[in-house]
Amino acid sequence: MVMEELSVQQLADGLDSGQFSSVELVRHFLHRMQAHRHLNAFISELHDRAVMQAGHADRQIRERKHGPLTGVPLAHKDIFCMSGERTSCGSKMLDNFIAPYHATVVQKLEQAGCVVLGKTNMDEFAMGSSSENSYYGPVRNPWNAECVPGGSSGGSAAAVAARLVPLATGTDTGGSIRQPAAFCGVTGLKPTYGRISRYGMVAYASSLDQAGPFGKSAQDCAYLLQAMAGFDEKDSTSVDAPVPAYLAELNRPLQGKVVGIPDEYFSTGLGSEVRTIIARAIDWAEEQGCIIKDISLPNTELAIPAYYVIATAECSSNLSRYDGVRFGHRCEDPKDLHDLYHRSRSEGFGTEVKRRIMIGTYALSTGYYDAYYLKAQQVRRLISADFNAAFQDVDFILGPTAPETAFRIGEKTDDPVTMYLSDIYTISINLAGLPAISIPCGIHEGLPVGMQLIGNYFAEDKLLNFAHQYQLATDWHQQCPPGFQQKRQGC
Amino acid sequence: MPVSLEEILKISHLARLHVDPEEAGQYAADLSSILAWVQQMNKVDTRGVDPMAHPLDACQRLREDKVTESDQREKFQAIAPRTENGLYLVPKVIE
Repeated sequence: MVMEELSVQQLADGLDSGQFSSVELVRHFLHRMQAHRHLNAFISELHDRAVMQAGHADRQIRERKHGPLTGVPLAHKDIFCMSGERTSCGSKMLDNFIAPYHATVVQKLEQAGCVVLGKTNMDEFAMGSSSENSYYGPVRNPWNAECVPGGSSGGSAAAVAARLVPLATGTDTGGSIRQPAAFCGVTGLKPTYGRISRYGMVAYASSLDQAGPFGKSAQDCAYLLQAMAGFDEKDSTSVDAPVPAYLAELNRPLQGKVVGIPDEYFSTGLGSEVRTIIARAIDWAEEQGCIIKDISLPNTELAIPAYYVIATAECSSNLSRYDGVRFGHRCEDPKDLHDLYHRSRSEGFGTEVKRRIMIGTYALSTGYYDAYYLKAQQVRRLISADFNAAFQDVDFILGPTAPETAFRIGEKTDDPVTMYLSDIYTISINLAGLPAISIPCGIHEGLPVGMQLIGNYFAEDKLLNFAHQYQLATDWHQQCPPGFQQKRQGC
Repeated sequence: MPVSLEEILKISHLARLHVDPEEAGQYAADLSSILAWVQQMNKVDTRGVDPMAHPLDACQRLREDKVTESDQREKFQAIAPRTENGLYLVPKVIE
């Protein structure tokens, strides 16, 4: 038995039957985390806390007071506040910030009995598509250490891909779960806006931010989503709607489901090898009895421009709270209040964060508001209407998650616009607030390719169902990056 | 429309970010190219289109007007850079 290859279901069974304890499991994964620190996937490792939590989980299991996730290890993206632990959000600004409370996601997973092994590395304040914009240095892709893992949840994706942890949380504002899931060959789900509470999740662009699960498989993600989802009175945008039993929906047949293929997701800019791999996944869907239908999402190319106005405007407003007064970085010897604000913020924020604050401030400033912010919100309406029209006729929309496989570290850092374009297929989903999942569906030149499946509002169950069926028929999600397999011996 | 150095300094003041004169040129170039690219939005006619501020067009939920937060001043101020007698300290504002 190789512990790191076990599914969540197998972990739950093993813990339940006493085949191994949570403490053994946690020590095994902590050991792997230490052995693969070169990936820089973690900002904080929580060894002592994790072993203590695991001991508690083992007692619950012995007393038969446990659930399916009791004693199962996981990692949180370092954007979720965790009481008593540093929550840095990948920024120097919050390097000294010890969260005084739990995010709702952290609280819910603690109640479910999960053991937190660490906080994962990320682009500063979730602003980036490569996990290179971290105060703690870039994350490396386990498939190729010279390549980025995607971003902004790159640490979570890399940690799951390298089998350093079976599950991880992430957040997705423009593709920050799905694009790294694709680059690292894991499964990642961005739920409907409002499905999971944002309370205690450091804000970037509040009308777009949404938390979601990473796992090796859709089934693993279903376990994690089940524990994360649900209404929270502490988040005024969380939706008060019943949460389906995701695991019970995984085995429905796909026969007769209509899968829309958007023309705009296969136009110029898409790598030919990615195109071929996605075409094979479409063929598979057809073989399952799905009806394949060509559709159009005509405003797709306007999604990135609209996003970079809306997201930066919201970020300039959200990040105004970092003032060097109440928490976070404060400059040395400020000469007056003005100097305190300006220097604390300039020293605390990195280049990309400052660039986005500047763009957002510009877009919201007198004389430019209508031309940029209002216009972008109108374009957002058109993009959302494209999806609403498409979902009149289809159950799913399928395409690539990203136009290419993982790029090299440093390759796109000089040109912000080129970097922004790597999110071309993911961003419009956030603007519309829809759910979407990235599923591993091939490998090209040693790097994973992901397909993105988009569903209608609150159709997470259907996305997981499709992904699970695909994963029963394929083994792309079981591929482990070379160098991360353990020698086959007892654990 | 290129962003001028004066505009960069004005924006940086509004954003409370310190920008060195040598950095201002880089910001002007970056913002100009990003904003020029954003102008693609003008290709589409949006007259009469309702701006979309929230993905689910939800309304603000109201709650009962009752106190739910307890006093945690000491806990919150434990992570503040400088405090005194329960107050946050900043440089002198009024001479």
